[in-house]
Amino acid sequence: MFSRVLHSDAQADRVVPPSGFTAQLTLFASAAMAFLAVFALALSLAAGRLAEQWGEELARSATIRIAAPAEQQQAQTVAALRILETTRGVASARALSDEEQAALLAPWFGTGLDLDALPVPQLIEVIETQEGMDAAGVRLRLAAEVLGAVLDDHSRWREPLVKAAARLRLLGWASIILIAAVTATMVTLAANAQVIAVLRLVGATDQYIAQAFIRRFTLRALIGAAGGMVLGMIAVLLMPSGGDETASFLTGLGFKGIHWIFPLLIPPLAAGVAFVATRMAARRTLEGLS
Amino acid sequence: MIELENVAYSYGGAELLSDISLKLAPGSFHFLTGPSGSGKTTLMKLCYGALLPTAGYVRLFDADVRGLGRDDVAMLRRRVGVVHQDCQFLDHLSLAENVALPLHVSGRSAEAAGDDLGDLMHWVGLTERMAALPPELSGGERQRAALARAVIMSPDVVLADEPTGNVDWDMSQRLLRLLVELNRMGKTVLVATHDLSLIRATKAHVQARVLRIANRRIQLAGADL
Repeated sequence: MFSRVLHSDAQADRVVPPSGFTAQLTLFASAAMAFLAVFALALSLAAGRLAEQWGEELARSATIRIAAPAEQQQAQTVAALRILETTRGVASARALSDEEQAALLAPWFGTGLDLDALPVPQLIEVIETQEGMDAAGVRLRLAAEVLGAVLDDHSRWREPLVKAAARLRLLGWASIILIAAVTATMVTLAANAQVIAVLRLVGATDQYIAQAFIRRFTLRALIGAAGGMVLGMIAVLLMPSGGDETASFLTGLGFKGIHWIFPLLIPPLAAGVAFVATRMAARRTLEGLS
Repeated sequence: MIELENVAYSYGGAELLSDISLKLAPGSFHFLTGPSGSGKTTLMKLCYGALLPTAGYVRLFDADVRGLGRDDVAMLRRRVGVVHQDCQFLDHLSLAENVALPLHVSGRSAEAAGDDLGDLMHWVGLTERMAALPPELSGGERQRAALARAVIMSPDVVLADEPTGNVDWDMSQRLLRLLVELNRMGKTVLVATHDLSLIRATKAHVQARVLRIANRRIQLAGADL
């Protein structure tokens, strides 16, 4: 049906005002909306990526902190490691060396720190297997056998972050739906009731009128959205990107790999929205005319 | 051709027209008169299928209007030329294209009608204005253009609703002469006007019957005009 409707009929197209306010409104609205849609899409995809990344990285590691009097620390560390060795779902566990701990503390205390002079707790890094470990069980066993050990499975950090990222992604998709709805409304406003009335008066069939409008407005939306999409993609490309280590959410806003295909879908989508909206608007106007 | 039988029409419960019976025979010329608000425009609309009667029957070209689908109404419009007092055009198209619009929407090529269009524009005296856009036209020019557009499909019937409403006396007479010429060519013509002097002036040139709407009914006006 799409192809039949879009089949060019230069004469019929002439009856739809080619310039003026309504035509420019459609072009401009589709361009602006496509531009916004590119950003909403980038936001959604980046949020999704981030949620996945955080979820995965943080979920698969845990930390045990052993804060015990200096003379017991070594023994408790060994005991904790022994427990972890026999725990299902633990891929590996190792105590951080003094150098590693000093590196972690360096941002706060500087590099000239002598760890022995401070009661620094010992950290054990736990890497979980795919199925993960039973954090509650480990906590119970640690409580029984290693008094100074505290397990942090990062869920305190992870959950709100993942939740926020997921919400952000939802917001992105909601924006895209809103953008499509606004585009549809703009197109509907542009369906010119006076032109339709004149055409009907001189003997045009509903089909002829609807198709002339649909063709014109679908093409306009397609062209406008293509322009807006190109501008939006250029703008996304021009966003500064950060290195891997420091990649924060803002610098990670963009498209990666196959995701570059998604913005290319915006113009055909806009055309589809215009197609449906024009058809409904033309039908509604025609229903009011005998 | 156009036949109304015991037709009534009500707006929101109040009857505007009642018990109207009327028959427009092929080749006849009728005037429809009456004070403003008496229902002239409503009656005209009933005659070209823009309104459906609330009672009675309207037959256009021997077909009951109630049985017509939307496409049938579109086809009917190609056989009935209509001229309105406030005629509307497509403002982005030239006058010539507007006049030829009925040809385009019915799928006939404008080229085939090229000569006809030229003759028609000459006939209504708008040859010079063919490239003008509708908003640039005077009231009289718009009315003549509307008349040209109404007859380009060579309809069997021409309905004109207050065609002289916005123009001066000379232009009114000129428009009526065009309608009389159409009638001589065999078209059935119905002109609604409240202008009695125009009817008197025209009656000298054509065998016209005058219908008057009074008290919601239609009467054949006598020699008192």
